[in-house]
Amino acid sequence: MRLYSKYLAITLKAHLQYPGSFFLLTISQTLFPLSMLVGVHGLFLRFGRLGDWTFPEVALCFGVIHLVFGLSECFSRGFDSFSLLVRNGEFDRLLVRPQSTVVQVLGSRFEFNRIGRLLQGLLVLGWALLNADVAWSVAKGVTVALMIISGYCLFTGFFILQATMSFWTIQGLEVGNILVDGGRELAQYPLSIYKDWVVRFFTWIIPLGSINYLPLLFLLDRSEGVALGHMLSPLVGVLFLIPCLLVWQLGVKHYQSTGS
Amino acid sequence: MIIVEDVSKTYRIAHRPSGWRAALTSLIHRSYAHIQALDHVSFSVNRGEILGYVGPNGAGKSTTIKIMTGILVPDGGCCRVMGYIPWKHRVDYVQHIGVVFGQRSQLWWDVPVIDSYELLSDIYRMSSTASRRTLEQLTQMLDLSSLLHIPVRQLSLGQRMRCELAASLLHNPSVLFLDEPTIGLDAVSKLRVRQFIKTINEETGVTVILTTHDMNDIEALAHRIMLLGRGQLLYDGSIADLKRSYKTIQTITVQFENGPASFETIPHTTIAQSSSGRAQLSVDTTRISVSDVINQLSGSLKLTDVYVESPSIESIMVQLYEEHDI
Repeated sequence: MRLYSKYLAITLKAHLQYPGSFFLLTISQTLFPLSMLVGVHGLFLRFGRLGDWTFPEVALCFGVIHLVFGLSECFSRGFDSFSLLVRNGEFDRLLVRPQSTVVQVLGSRFEFNRIGRLLQGLLVLGWALLNADVAWSVAKGVTVALMIISGYCLFTGFFILQATMSFWTIQGLEVGNILVDGGRELAQYPLSIYKDWVVRFFTWIIPLGSINYLPLLFLLDRSEGVALGHMLSPLVGVLFLIPCLLVWQLGVKHYQSTGS
Repeated sequence: MIIVEDVSKTYRIAHRPSGWRAALTSLIHRSYAHIQALDHVSFSVNRGEILGYVGPNGAGKSTTIKIMTGILVPDGGCCRVMGYIPWKHRVDYVQHIGVVFGQRSQLWWDVPVIDSYELLSDIYRMSSTASRRTLEQLTQMLDLSSLLHIPVRQLSLGQRMRCELAASLLHNPSVLFLDEPTIGLDAVSKLRVRQFIKTINEETGVTVILTTHDMNDIEALAHRIMLLGRGQLLYDGSIADLKRSYKTIQTITVQFENGPASFETIPHTTIAQSSSGRAQLSVDTTRISVSDVINQLSGSLKLTDVYVESPSIESIMVQLYEEHDI
């Protein structure tokens, strides 16, 4: 963890060598998702509700997804851009250093201009939490924190899976993009507005629903069945990391025996 | 120190024919070509030795280095460095080695060199006093003090290579792997890098494995050379022995005054080149001595200049490559 912060510091220094491009990228990264939310707001002005959902509730879903996606792009970017590391041979360098590959890949790259997306998500989330119809309690506060932590873990897990693929193939990466970007776009809105099979897919196969939709039901006291299940559902995102890391280890072993 | 036994490695390379049709077929069925990069290679290296590892491109040098540094796992055979099996005990093992890939930097591109060193000393879990002491020594030996605060991207290649060497030695490794450390350097920088490698080997007793295509590097540094070709070890011994065995053919160049002469009378000597007033002869010194040849020549000719040369290490290498057809 200490080493990770050192990596963070050196990358920040490097980024600040080019302040102009840093600020421009940050601003564009903030404006892009925000413009989408403005569009959604327009639709709400016209139609009032989206299914059973009010605007602040949708904004809550939206805010969480963009906040955690921003966090993972910022702090787990090393895995997101890992195929580069393999292609230019930098991964060999990581293997001759006495640290775990996970820390080193995480530390290999940070994307600080994603702070824009992150801040924007944070703002939207904050506004939504204040304006949504939530009866607050300690448990609900914990749930919000869990949503953010596990969302970060979930997207990092996606990045790790995507990275692992590049041990085998460079071309297969688009599949990963569909999952990550497609999943993100879908999960900006409460999952129940989609067909049943979509909800099931993103609850049980790719647990995206567990980081905003399911706990949102708990926040709004709309959960069916066991409330505790809905409250703790974000933990699935954290657990999701375990198989991802196992697969990653397999990938590293494969790399070492093929020399790709 | 290093024991490599019977190590083999085969790469499987996807064979992708050109053309759209072939590209589509390859999505479903891929054919692979198998390339034997290393074919039962065995050798050992002693502590403190500088080993020059040479061979043409694609001979398997990099593969051997990658196996010895734990980046790759061989298909067969065994490799132990200081008792570690590199790819099995990777994290513990690499604490004791330093690696320089001449073509790739290990420094952080956009920040001053010193920042990279600080991060590296954390990566190698060094105490700040220990790392400061080594850095001071290296700064002095490599004359780095003026470079430490410059971002890496602004350094010249020669300056950067000195910084790279320091980076690979910060943690006091016992083995130093140098993969083409002088590639692309100018003459002065090359000499400096060579001098430094020599000094650090003498002072710290670090074992050095050096691959290069520059035979002058080898001649200046290596106690011993290993020649690899098509995945097999073709020569393993000292440079002196190699030179001695190839010194049997010497070249004599003579210049003389009186017109065209015939040299056919001298035994065990072939004419490499001859024109009016100048001739180049190859002498098999196992059969006849150079002085005998010169004596016989001066009997029939009025010599103005005689020049005797033994083959350069470079030309010996070319001969070796040709002999082994690699």
